Parts: sequence; structure tokens; C-alpha cells
Amino acid sequence: MTDIRNGVSNDVGKPSATFLKSFFSFLITFVLMLLCWLVLSGIFVPLILFLAVISCFLVAYFFSDLLFPSLERAYIGIFFRFIGYLPWLIWQIILANFHVLYVTLHPRMKDLIDPQIITFKTNLKSEMAIVTLANSITLTPGTITVTADSEGVFRVHAIDKASAEGCPGDMLGKVAKIFGENI
Amino acid sequence: MNIIVIALLVFGLFFFLAGAIGIMRMPDFYSRLHPAGKLDTLATLAMVMGLALYNLNQITLGTILVSIKMFLIVFFVSLASPTATHTIVDAGMRAGLRHWTKKKKRG
Repeated sequence: MTDIRNGVSNDVGKPSATFLKSFFSFLITFVLMLLCWLVLSGIFVPLILFLAVISCFLVAYFFSDLLFPSLERAYIGIFFRFIGYLPWLIWQIILANFHVLYVTLHPRMKDLIDPQIITFKTNLKSEMAIVTLANSITLTPGTITVTADSEGVFRVHAIDKASAEGCPGDMLGKVAKIFGENI
Repeated sequence: MNIIVIALLVFGLFFFLAGAIGIMRMPDFYSRLHPAGKLDTLATLAMVMGLALYNLNQITLGTILVSIKMFLIVFFVSLASPTATHTIVDAGMRAGLRHWTKKKKRG
């Protein structure tokens, strides 16, 4: 994956990088807007399509630098690796949901649970990686991210010992791999 | 087909019910958020999947678009739910609420 990305950036990035960057962020915004329009309207009459193209063009022209303030080629790799990460995350959510379900409906629930707050430090640098990890931790039941700051320190409220021990676990490695960071 | 749809809907309902029961049964503020914020995510996923399958009984452009819109709901719920949960927990922390632990059991 990294080889392909580097090859592309070396070939195309030379002529005028800033122009290409803004053009691509414009293009991606435009396509996203148009897709949203088509899905949400569902009317495929030429007049409506014409209006769609015009309004999407205007919005993309004015606001493309809001949606992608700094577009880099690395985002393409991140995007695809994130798509690859989603099935694992959903499977993890399902597994952990059954765990919380079991705890919730257990007659002697208060003996089973052992709420605790754990703190751990990661070496994640980019904000996106930290947000992704924080949201993933919150989504997998049994753990809620209490705070996550820009230095990569996480405080997590876990409902019982098992979820507390399995907390940073695999997930940290996978998120670090998506964003190309070392743990 | 209908059997799968009904199974998914019942599955989702069961998780929603368990989430509601969990909110009632848990001992404190923080642990109540566990079932509240998260059993709902899977329940929403299951129920919307069931409804989308039911909707795709006749496959036309219209029904496909409606199903895509339904999955947009799941997408936004799963984006908003952890964020909201985190915000509520953070508010509790800032207010200085201690979490329930086993040792402080009162008879």
C-alpha cells in the first residue's frame, strides 16, 4: 500500500502541488455533495439534475477548504485501511454487546460488575487517530472513554475487570496501523 | 425472507429492552451509561437491517434509495452515540461525581 502511494505522489505531485491539492479537495467535496443529493432526492429529472450540479458546484467551490483543510495523499491509504478496520470493529461491537447484555440481565449483577477507571498512555500523535481510538473504545461496550487529550493519554471507565484488562489491547495496534503511527 | 426480517427486528427489540432495563438496574451514573449508550447501537443496526431487507422486497431504484437512507441513519447514530456518551461522562467528571466501586457497598 505504501509503495503505491509514494509512487503516485512522486509522479503527480510535482507540477504545482497546491493547485492540485485544492483541485482534488474541490473534486471530492463536489462528488460527495452530488452523491448526497442523488440519494436524498431520488428524482432523476434533467432539470433537477441540472440544479443539483449547479448547487453542488457552488457549495464545493466556496466550502471545499472547510471539509478538507489539508488534503494529503496519505489520506487515501488511511481511508482504505479504515474501511478494512470497520468489519473487525463491528464484530467487536457485537461480541462486547453480548457481554454487557449478560451483565445487565444477570440476577446478581452487582457482584459481577466492578466499575473502575483506568489510565493509559499511547504514542498516538494525530488528532484523527486519537478521536478514532476514543470513539472505538466507547463503541465497544464495557468501556467508555472519559478523557482523551492531545498527548495521547486516555482515561477509560470500565464496567468490569474483563473489559478493563482487554481495553487498549488489539484496538490500539489496529488504529495505529491505520494512521501509520508507531505505538 | 420474512423470517430473517422478523428475527432481526426481534433481536433489535430485545437489545433495546435490555438497554432500558440496564439503565434501571445499574448502580450509578457512569455504569448506567454503558447499556444506555451502546446496546442501542447494535439494536439500531439490527432493526434498520431488518427494515431495509423488508423494504427491498421488490427491488426498484426507489426502494434501494430508501434502504441507503436507512443505513445513513445507522451511520450517524454510531457517530453521534459515542460522542454524546463521552460528553455526558465528561460532564459528570467535571462536576466531581465519584464512580461507584465495590468497596463502598452500604448495607
